[in-house]
Amino acid sequence: MLYSPQYMHIPDGYLSPATCLVMLLLMLPFWYRGVQKMRQTMNARSVPLIALLAAFSFIIMMFNVPLPGGTTGHAVAGALAAIILGPEIATIAISIALIIQALLFGDGGILAIGANCFNMAVVLPYISYAVYRALSGKTAVTSRRRVVAAGVGGWVGLTVASFFAGVEFGIQPFLYHTASGAPLYAPYPLSISIPAMVIPHMLVASVIEGVVTALIVAYLQRSNPAVLEMVEKPGAAVEASKPRRLAWLWVGLAVLIVAVPLGLLAPGTAWGEWNSNQLTSRGLSSVPQGLAQLEGLWQAPMSGYDASVAGNSNVAYILSAVLGVILIAVVVWLFTRVVTVGKPAPASSKQ
Amino acid sequence: MTVDSQPKTPAHSHKRNGFIERTLSDISHTFEQSVFAEELARQPGLLQAIDPRVKVLSLIALLIAVGLSRNLPVIVGLYGVALILARLSLVPMGFFVKRVWLFMPFFTGVIALPALFITPGPPLVQLPFGLVITQTGAQTALFLLMRVSTSVSLGILLILTTQWNTLLKALGVLRIPDVFVLILGMTYRYIYLLLHTTNDMFLSRKSRVVGRLSSAEERRIIAASAGTLLSKSLHLSSEVYLAMQSRGFRNTPRTMDTFKMRGSDWVASGIVAGIVIVAIWLGR
Repeated sequence: MLYSPQYMHIPDGYLSPATCLVMLLLMLPFWYRGVQKMRQTMNARSVPLIALLAAFSFIIMMFNVPLPGGTTGHAVAGALAAIILGPEIATIAISIALIIQALLFGDGGILAIGANCFNMAVVLPYISYAVYRALSGKTAVTSRRRVVAAGVGGWVGLTVASFFAGVEFGIQPFLYHTASGAPLYAPYPLSISIPAMVIPHMLVASVIEGVVTALIVAYLQRSNPAVLEMVEKPGAAVEASKPRRLAWLWVGLAVLIVAVPLGLLAPGTAWGEWNSNQLTSRGLSSVPQGLAQLEGLWQAPMSGYDASVAGNSNVAYILSAVLGVILIAVVVWLFTRVVTVGKPAPASSKQ
Repeated sequence: MTVDSQPKTPAHSHKRNGFIERTLSDISHTFEQSVFAEELARQPGLLQAIDPRVKVLSLIALLIAVGLSRNLPVIVGLYGVALILARLSLVPMGFFVKRVWLFMPFFTGVIALPALFITPGPPLVQLPFGLVITQTGAQTALFLLMRVSTSVSLGILLILTTQWNTLLKALGVLRIPDVFVLILGMTYRYIYLLLHTTNDMFLSRKSRVVGRLSSAEERRIIAASAGTLLSKSLHLSSEVYLAMQSRGFRNTPRTMDTFKMRGSDWVASGIVAGIVIVAIWLGR
C-alpha cells in the first residue's frame, strides 16, 4: 500500500506549494468547526469515537468493492461518515484517516494534505449530507427512501469532490509555467482536467461510493438503526436552526475563494474597467481628456491586485482575494456590533 | 476508490481474483509494509539517529524546495540528495528506487503522456502518424515526473526511518493540538486492531464459500462486513471511553516531551537549511 496510486489522493508535485498553502488555510475553519462540534455534542467521549471512526474509514478505503465486469474499486466512505457523525465531525475523522495515509503509507502528498482533505473530508461529506437530508426529508430512519437518499448523496458528493480536484489541477498550468510556456505542475487546463476527473468518477468511483453508502445504510437499518440517528436525535431541532445556516455561508465563501483563480482565466479586463491605453486599442480614436487627467488620481493600495510582496502576481491574486474576504468580514462584523449595541443578544446565540 | 489498473502484489497466479482474496491480500500487504518500515526504523542509520522534529521540518523544507523549483536539474539534484540519504540510512537501494519508479509509469506517466503532444511549442521529435513531441511538452512531462518521484521518495524516507510514536510526538512542533495528536495515535493503534478483525471476517467468509458468487451477492457481503465492522468500532469506542475514564482521562491529554537536540541534530538542521536555500535560489 506504500504509494499505491489512487486517483483522488493527490500526490506532491501536481499542485504548486502556493496552491497547497491556500488549500491548507481553507481547511483551518473546517477543522476548527469540527473540533468545536465535537466538544459541544460529545465531549470526552469523542476522542475514542473519532479515533475508531477514522480507523474505520481508513479500512473501508481498503475494501475492494466488486463492480459488474470483474473489476474492483475502493470507496472513501465520506458520505457514510457524514450520515453517522454529521459533516462537521466527519471532516475530522476523514482528515485523520487521510493524514495517516499520507504520513504512514505514502498515499497522497504531504504538502498536498490540505487539498486532499478539502476534496475528500469537506466537499464530499458536506455535499453528500446535504443531498441525503434533502432527499430523505422527514421519513423514518428505517424507510427505504433513506437508502436511496444515502446512495444518491454518496454519488453526488464524490462527483462534486472530483470536480474540485479537477479545478485544483486545471488552474496550475495557467498560474505556473516556465518562460517558454511549459507548465510546471499538473499540465492540463481546466477544459481538460475537469472532464478528465469528473467523467470517470461519475461512471465508476462515485457509483461505488453511492452503492457502498446505500448498502451500509440499509444494513444498519436492519441491525443497528440507532447509529443512523446519532446526528438528528440530540436536540437537533433546537440546535440546527441558526448555526447551520451560518456554516453554509462559510462553505459558500470558501468555495468562492477557491474559484477566484477562475477569474485569472478570463481574457482581458473586466468590461468597463479599461484604462486609456486599452480604450485606444478597443477602437477609440482619442481618449477623453478628462479621463486622461483623472487616471492617475487614484492608485489603489493593491493596484491591479498585484501585491509586490508576493512577487508572483498570481499568488498575489489569491492573496488579495483572501485579504479582501477578511477585510469585508471585519467590516461587517464591526457594523453588526455597532448596529446591535444596546440590544439584548438573542437567546439562541448563547451556549 | 479507484479501479485498480494493476495488481498490487507481483505474485498473481490466479486468473480471477475474488474481492475477498484481493482485500485479504491488501490487508496482509499493509501489515508487511508496516513491519518492514518498523524494522528499518530501528536500524542504526543516519536518518534514524536524527531528532524526529528536525527530520519532519527538514522533510517539509525539502518538499517545498522541490515544489518551488523552476529548474529541472535542481529537482534532479534533490532526488540525488534523497538517494544519498537513503544510502546512509541503510534503506535497501533497489527497493527505494523501484518502489517509486515501478508505479510512476502507471500513474503519473499515463497522465504526463498526452502533455508531450498537446502542449503547444516548437517540435522536438517527429513521430509517425503525424504525432509531434514538442519541446515544451517534454519539459512539462519531465517536470511532473521528476517532481512527483522526488517528493514521493522524500516522503518514503520519512516513513521508513521514523517510528510512528516518535513521529507523532514530533508533530507537536508543527503546533498541531494535543487532542489531534492523541486521536492520531489512537487511530493508528485501532487501524491494526480493525485490520485483524477484518482479516478474520474475510477469512472465515472465504472458508465457507464454495463456488462463485454473483457480483450482487458479493456487494451484499461487503456491505454486511462493513456494517458489522462499523457496529464493532462504535461498541469498542464506548468501551475504550470507559477504560480511559477509569484511568483518569479528563479530556486533556499530556505528552511526555523527551526530545533533546544534540550537536549532530544542529549540524543536520544546518546542512538541510543550506541545501534548501541553495536549491530554492538556484531553482528560481
